[in-house]
Amino acid sequence: MRALDKKLLRDVMRLRGVVLAIALVLVGGVSTFIMSLSTYDSLLLTQAKYYRDYRFAQVFASLKRAPETLARRIVHIQGVDKVETRVVAAVNLDIPGFGDPASGQLVSVPDRGEPVFNGVYLRRGRMVDPASDDEVVISESFANAHGFELGDTLSATINGRRKELTIVGIVLSPEYIYEIQPGAVFPDYQRFGILWMARAPLAAAYDMEGAFNDIALSLTANANVDDVVDRLDEFLRPYGGRGAYGREDQLSHKFLAEEFNQLETMATVFPMIFLGVAAFLLNVVIGRLINTERDQIAILKAFGYTNAEIGWHYTKLALMIVAIGLVGGVVVGIFLGKGMSAVYQDFYRFPFLQYELKPSVVINAALVAVAAGLAGTLFSVARAVRLPPAEGMRPETPTEYRATLVERVGLQRWFAQPTRMIMRHIERRPLRALLTVLGIASACGVVMVSNFQEDAIHYMIDVQYGMSSREDLSVSFVEPTSARALHSLQGLTGVAHVEGFRSVPVRLHFEHRSFRTALQGIEPGGDLHRVLDKDLKRIKLPAAGVVMTDYLAKILGMRTGDWVTVEVLEDSEPVLRAAGFARPKTFQFADVLAASQPALRVPLVATTKQYLGVSAYLQRNALNRLLEEGNVINGAYIATDSRYQSEVYTRLKEMPRVSGTVVREAAIAQFNQTMEQTILFFTMVSATLGAVIAFGVVYNSARIALSERGRELASLRVLGFTVGEIAYILLGELAVLTLMALPLGFMFGRALCAYMVSQFASDLYRIPLILEPDAYSFATVVILVSAIISGYLVWRRLCRLDLIAVLKTRE
Amino acid sequence: MFTTEVNGVVFQARGLTKVYDMGEVQVHALRGVDIDLYSGELLVLLGPSGSGKSTLLNILGGLDHATAGHVIYRDRELTAASDSELTEYRRYHVGFVFQFYNLIPSLTARENVAAVTEIARDAMVPEEALALVGLGERIDHFPAQLSGGEQQRVAIARAIAKRPSVLLCDEPTGALDSTTGIVVLEVLERVNRELGTTTALITHNADIAAMADRVMRLADGSIVDVHRNIEKKPARELRW
Ligand SMILES: Nc1ncnc2c1ncn2[C@@H]1O[C@H](COP(=O)(O)OP(=O)(O)OP(=O)(O)O)[C@@H](O)[C@H]1O
Ligand SMILES: [Mg+2]
Repeated sequence: MRALDKKLLRDVMRLRGVVLAIALVLVGGVSTFIMSLSTYDSLLLTQAKYYRDYRFAQVFASLKRAPETLARRIVHIQGVDKVETRVVAAVNLDIPGFGDPASGQLVSVPDRGEPVFNGVYLRRGRMVDPASDDEVVISESFANAHGFELGDTLSATINGRRKELTIVGIVLSPEYIYEIQPGAVFPDYQRFGILWMARAPLAAAYDMEGAFNDIALSLTANANVDDVVDRLDEFLRPYGGRGAYGREDQLSHKFLAEEFNQLETMATVFPMIFLGVAAFLLNVVIGRLINTERDQIAILKAFGYTNAEIGWHYTKLALMIVAIGLVGGVVVGIFLGKGMSAVYQDFYRFPFLQYELKPSVVINAALVAVAAGLAGTLFSVARAVRLPPAEGMRPETPTEYRATLVERVGLQRWFAQPTRMIMRHIERRPLRALLTVLGIASACGVVMVSNFQEDAIHYMIDVQYGMSSREDLSVSFVEPTSARALHSLQGLTGVAHVEGFRSVPVRLHFEHRSFRTALQGIEPGGDLHRVLDKDLKRIKLPAAGVVMTDYLAKILGMRTGDWVTVEVLEDSEPVLRAAGFARPKTFQFADVLAASQPALRVPLVATTKQYLGVSAYLQRNALNRLLEEGNVINGAYIATDSRYQSEVYTRLKEMPRVSGTVVREAAIAQFNQTMEQTILFFTMVSATLGAVIAFGVVYNSARIALSERGRELASLRVLGFTVGEIAYILLGELAVLTLMALPLGFMFGRALCAYMVSQFASDLYRIPLILEPDAYSFATVVILVSAIISGYLVWRRLCRLDLIAVLKTRE
Repeated sequence: MFTTEVNGVVFQARGLTKVYDMGEVQVHALRGVDIDLYSGELLVLLGPSGSGKSTLLNILGGLDHATAGHVIYRDRELTAASDSELTEYRRYHVGFVFQFYNLIPSLTARENVAAVTEIARDAMVPEEALALVGLGERIDHFPAQLSGGEQQRVAIARAIAKRPSVLLCDEPTGALDSTTGIVVLEVLERVNRELGTTTALITHNADIAAMADRVMRLADGSIVDVHRNIEKKPARELRW
C-alpha cells in the first residue's frame, strides 16, 4: 500500500470521533430520505397492487332504483369495459354492549361467484352463503373496534325491521380502506361499519328484486372518465341517480389519496430539508477538517506532490466519510422504512405490503452526499494548495491583528484574558464562526420542523371543535324532513339545544373548475355551528349568497362577488312528499340539468377560515328556497346534557328517521388518532433524526475546533493554564456560537414550518402555522443538550491532551 | 577541490527581494540578494536570527515566491515558473530538510521516506536512506515516538532518498548534540561528494562553516560576506 494511503487510513482512525460525527449527520439525512421515499413508494405500489388484485372499480354511482336491464345498456357507453350492479343500504345497527348510536352500510355480494369489482380479501372465516338471509361478513376495522369474533351477532334495522345478523367472515376491501360515514370528516370504526350480505335477501328487503341501486364500472384503456360519468348520469337521472363519480371522488380513495398526498409532502419535503442540511454540514465540516490538514498539504506539496494528487488524496478521505454515512444511512433508512411501511400497512389495513426501495432513491441520496462532500473537500484543498508551501507550513496566522469590537469600545478591562481570547478568535475568523453558527442554526431548524405539527394539530382541534363545530352530536335523517322534526328531538330528555340543518350534495362549478362537496344550510344565528372569518371571529351568514372555506374558493379560483354554479346531486322528489310541499310543475331539476344550462347560480359573499374539510355554507332558508322546497331539514346539531348522554343515544337509535349520528368527542378522538398515526409518528422519527443531526453538528464544531487549536491550547497548558482555563477558552467560544445560533435557528425553523404548511394544504385539512413556545424550547433543549454532551466529550480529550506530543511534532 | 566553478552554475539569483506585507508594517526579509550556486558545491549560509536565511532557501527551493528579482535554476527561471512547473521541479530536483522537520505525524519513519520515494525517479529504498542516517532500528516508529534529533535524521533521509540534484537544509543540526550532529553532517557530506549533490546548508554554528566550499553571511536581508574555504575540513573532524 502506498504511504499516502496508509496515512489516509491512520488519519481516519485518528479522527474517528470527527469522522463518525460527520457520518452521523449524513446518516440522519440519508436515512430520512430513504425511509420516507421508500415508505411512500411502497405504499403507492401496495395500493396499486391491492386495487388491481381486488379489482377496484373506476366509476361509481348510486341511485334510487333501476331495473337490471338498464345495466345491459350502460355497458354500451363508449369507454365502459365492465359493469356490475349491487344493492346497497344504510342501516342502523345495534351492537351488544355498545350504547352509542352506530350505523352501517349493507353491501350485496353476488349470488354466484366472485364480484366483478371491489373484491374482498378474506381475513378470517368464510364468505356468506348466497342463500342465507342472516349472514354477513364485516370489515376488519369495524370488527376490531368491537372485538367481534366469527359467530358473533349484531342486529340491524333493515327497512324498518330489526334483524339478527351472524358474522361469518372478516374481510378487507379496497373500496373501504377508509370507512367514512357520509357527512363525517373522519372514519369512526366504532360507529360506522361496512357489512356484506347475500344479494337475494337484501334485494328482497328493499324491494330490489331484478333491480339495483348501486353500480360500478371499469373503463377501457383510453376512456375519458368525465365523459363516462356524464353519460352515466344521463342514463341514471330518470332513476334517481345521485351523480356518478370517478375514483377521485370515491370517499375511501379520496381520503387515502389525500393522506398519500400528505405523506408525499412529508416524504419529499422533510428528507429534502434533512438531506440539504446534512449536505451543507458535510460540506462545512469536511472543509474544516481539510483545513486542519493545511500544513500536511504544504509538506506534500514541498516534496513535489501535484495538486491533483493531493486533491485526490483528500477526496478519498471525504469519500470514505461519505461512504460510511451513506451505508449507515441506507441501512438505517431501510430498517426504518420497513418499520414505517409496516405501521402504515397496519393503519391502512392493506392485506399485504410490497416494500420497495427504488435504486434511484439511493442513487439520488448518494449523489447529493458525494457532491456535498466533494465540494467541501475540493474547495478547502484548492484553498490550501494555492498557498506557497513555505507559507502553508507555518500555522495559519491571521494576517490582520486587531482589537476586538469590545476592546475598541474600551470594555476590555471587564474581561479576563481568556475571555478576550474567545472574542478575538471569533472576530478574527468571522467566516468560520458564521458557518458554525449557520450549521447549528440549521440543525435547530430541522428539530423545530419535525416537532411543530403537534402544536398545530391541537390548535386545529381547538378551532374546529371549540369554536366552530360546538355541537355534541350531529344527526342526519334518512330523508329530508320538515323542520317540525326538531320538536321531537328537542323534547328528548338530556337534549339541551337543537339546531336543524339542511345539507345537500352538490357539484360546484366556476369557470372550468368544479368540486364535489356539500352545501350546508345552517341557522344564521345558530350557536352550535358557526362560521368563522380569518381572525376566527364569527361571520353572520348573509340572507343570500354562499360562504365558502377559503381553501375551496382557492380551488375553484373564485373571489368574493363571483357567482358559483351549483349542480345539485340529490333527487329531491321525496323532499316534497315528506314535507308536504309541492314544487311548481313547470320547473324540474332534471330538465335544467339535461339542458346542461347553469343550474343554479349563487354569489360568493365571504370566505371562512376552516382547517378541517371543505364546505360551502348558506342560510338554511336560502338553501330551502334555492332547492324550491319548504321549511326542510335533513339533520340537526344537538347539544346534550352530559349526564343524559346515553339516554339520548338510546332514544336516537329508536328513531327510524335518524340514519346516522356523529359524536363530537368521538370525532375529536378519531381526528387525533388519524393524525397520530400518520403525521405524528412520522415527525417523531424525524425529530429523532433531527436531534442526531443537531448533535453531529455541535460535536463536530467542538472537535474540529480542538484539532485546529490543540497546539495553541497545549502551549497554554505548558505555560501553566489549568484544564479548566483552556476548556473555558475552547468551549466558551462554542457556547457563544451556540447561543448566537439559537435565534437564527428559530427563524430558520419558522421559515421551514411555513414552507411545510404551504405544502401540506389539502381538502382534508390545512395545518395552521402555529409554533407554541414548547416547539422553541424543545429545539433549544436538543441543541443545548447536544452542546453539553459535546462539551463534555471534548473536555475529556482536553484532560488527556498530550502536551509533549503536541509540542514535539508539527501537526 | 576547485572544480565547482568549472562545473557551472546551478542557481543564479539576481536582485532577490522578499517583502512580507503585514498591513501596517512591511518586513523586508530579503533586500536584493545576488548569489550563484555552483554545481556540486557545499555552501553554508550563516547569519543572525531573522536575517532571511530560511526565506532565501525557500525561494531557491520553489517553496515561496519572491517579491522581486530572478532565480534561474540551470536553464529555467523559477521566478517565472508556473505552479505545476514548480511542483515538477521540487519533485525531481530538490531535497528539503526543514528547520522544523515537518514529518507527517501519521506515518512512520519508513513511510515518511516512502511518501517521497514513491513519486520520485530512481530513488533509494526507504531502508537504505534511513540506514544512511543511522536510523536502521527505529524505522517503524512514528514521529511522536522519536526524539528531535531522530526526527531530523528521518527528515534528512527523506530529503536524500530521491537522490536530488540540489539539497537544501535549514538548520539540520540545530536540535542535535555534537556527536549526532556530526553523524548527520557526514551523511550530507557523503551525499554531496558521492552523488555530486549541490548542497546549501543553513546553520547558526560557525564551526560547521569549516566543512563548506564557500561560506555566505546574511544580515538583515543582505549578503554581507562570501568567502571560499581554502581548505575544507571533513565533517568528522569538526568539534563544537
Ligand atoms: N510569513 C511571514 N510573514 C511575515 N514575516 C515573516 C514571515 N516569514 C518570515 N518573516 C520575517 O522575515 C524575516 C526573515 O525570516 P527568516 O525566517 O528568513 O529568518 P531566518 O534567517 O531563517 O531566521 P532563523 O535563524 O531564526 O530561522 C524575519 O524578520 C521574519 O520575522
Ligand atoms: Mg530560519
